[in-house]
Amino acid sequence: MAVPVFAPWEDPTQKPLIQFKGVTKRFGDFTAIDNQTLDIYTREFFALLGPSGCGKTTMMRMLAGFEQPTEGQILIGGIDMKGVPPNEREVNMMFQSYALFPHLSVWENIAFGLRRMGQPKDELEARVEEMLRLTRLTKFARRKPHQISGGQRQRVALARSLARAPKLLLLDEPLGALDKKLREETQFELMDIQEKTGTTFVIVTHDQEEAMTVASRIAVMDEGCVIQVATPATIYEAPNSVYVADFIGDVNIIEGAAKRAGTGYEITWAEGEAPLHTRKEEGEIVAIPEGGKAYLAIRPEKVAIHADKPQGVANAVQGKIIDVAYLGNLSTYHVRLANGTMVRAQTANTRRLALRPFTWEDTVWLSWTDTAAILLAE
Amino acid sequence: MRKFALVSVPYFWLLILFLVPFLIVLKISLSDTALAIPPYTPTLDLAEGWAGIKAFFAGLDFENFTFLTEDPLYWKAYLSSLQIATISTTLALLVGFPIAYGMAQAPDEWRTTLMMLVILPFWTSFLIRVYAWIGILSTEGFLNQFLIWIGVIDTPLIIMNTKIAVYIGIVYTYLPFMILPIYAALEKLDNSLLEAAEDLGCTRTRAFWLLTVPLSRPGIIAGCFLVFIPALGEFVIPSLLGGSETLMIGKILWEEFFNNRDWPVASAVAVVLLAILIIPIILFQRNEQKQREAGK
Repeated sequence: MAVPVFAPWEDPTQKPLIQFKGVTKRFGDFTAIDNQTLDIYTREFFALLGPSGCGKTTMMRMLAGFEQPTEGQILIGGIDMKGVPPNEREVNMMFQSYALFPHLSVWENIAFGLRRMGQPKDELEARVEEMLRLTRLTKFARRKPHQISGGQRQRVALARSLARAPKLLLLDEPLGALDKKLREETQFELMDIQEKTGTTFVIVTHDQEEAMTVASRIAVMDEGCVIQVATPATIYEAPNSVYVADFIGDVNIIEGAAKRAGTGYEITWAEGEAPLHTRKEEGEIVAIPEGGKAYLAIRPEKVAIHADKPQGVANAVQGKIIDVAYLGNLSTYHVRLANGTMVRAQTANTRRLALRPFTWEDTVWLSWTDTAAILLAE
Repeated sequence: MRKFALVSVPYFWLLILFLVPFLIVLKISLSDTALAIPPYTPTLDLAEGWAGIKAFFAGLDFENFTFLTEDPLYWKAYLSSLQIATISTTLALLVGFPIAYGMAQAPDEWRTTLMMLVILPFWTSFLIRVYAWIGILSTEGFLNQFLIWIGVIDTPLIIMNTKIAVYIGIVYTYLPFMILPIYAALEKLDNSLLEAAEDLGCTRTRAFWLLTVPLSRPGIIAGCFLVFIPALGEFVIPSLLGGSETLMIGKILWEEFFNNRDWPVASAVAVVLLAILIIPIILFQRNEQKQREAGK
């Protein structure tokens, strides 16, 4: 039995939980968000990804109610949020600094939001205990925030923001303060909790790996604009621009002139070199003007490396190994082509290091299939 | 060894400038008045050797302390001082907290200026500033002239030489000591805490009482002690601004020393005052200690 794929954004009958409608936010002369429209659906784990200063935090703060849009509308559950203060929104936020109340115990921190709802005492206690169990903090309930570790503080912040069972939970760089190993563990914990509670999560992060791991969809942002909104796989495999391709993961960009050739394109990239070929998967459309400037984006792991010229491949180029980066499980070869373009090829180190077939200054051939590369206009 | 030398500096300082003078005052408080220079007996005569030391200690007694309990003037003065210090501290808190809060909310570039303005009065002599208040508060003073001029009152208010003048004087003088520690506490307050409280369903007013006030408590306590302790022994302000009915122990002390030339009784008053002050000082130190531990 096939599990139905969670993709409400593809279903036109679904009503989005959050709607940004032509939202602009200016701080004085500075435009933080420039006329953006964006839909986020119930139960989504939505990531706002971008470098610092791209406006992702402003988007989040407008959802929380700490900032008001200068122009446009933000709707949550179909209701215009204009003028609704943070304390009257069914939205809770987990702060980057966690913002735990230092004078209150872990228990009281979690109970803080519930007390404001005027719940009966036994219900409140039951809810706090439930949250403590969910985040595995029961043992630390009586401690003050400064008496627990960073990872535990992060979980208190999460428990506190989830306690009121919000429609929407906002997470501002939630794992930024944790070390790598703990961060990876916590990512899965977050996904688990999101699934258990069924809350819609919107996460702000600059860490593309984190966004790829946790999110159902990612919005890649730059300078106040959402550049692409898609699933992690689409963002990685079919970025819509050089910016997105470059921001997500590692990528080789080869510049050239594109010309239609059969079902695909032929890219002339250097004088005296054979043109490169690319073909699109069904349904993918690239609008490149005939003979226009185009960029070919190829992921390093999709580039194969050979000692001799490979036969029967769509693309093969020759170059010299300039550098080898050994990452343990992987090795990245930096190869300079005849016209000076640097191309990285990544291979898995399935054999021991001593048996590595290529080394510095070797002349090698690189190859990739005609569907491996993506042709981009900008 | 070097560490010992470093640590010993403040202790040495305290020994010379605090403990030794205190022991001298304590000794005088146990002596008797005499028409002599110095005006008390016994004095230690080391030339007579062991017998001299014995005679010296035999001459000491608690007579002056007993006298303090017999004359109601003294305990009334102590009580009145406590009352005035408590009321002044409360008033200083009520005035100082909003000022400190306003300073902490002000834009960054203003803060240094505001801080300067708070400290500015210290650049003038304390005595001159208290005299200036006489000019403001007296019957023909600026305040009365102004109020009559705008027509709020017909006859001048009697503020000078009352307790109200003393409160005004103390609050004015010690206000910076209240503002600065509260400001230091409020300035450290992370704004995201207030946002978090709002996010969790608090109104801004509620967030103020649930977060700003408890989190600035160490500053409030420090400020209160810094006002209360000097206000309790205050002498200049009640002498200049207060009337004859303003009874403060600092004033009594001064009169015993300089008007009555009764050094032993004056010393006994001082020793008791110190004993009263030690309680809030210890409490203050414990507060500081707790704050340091919490800050770790």
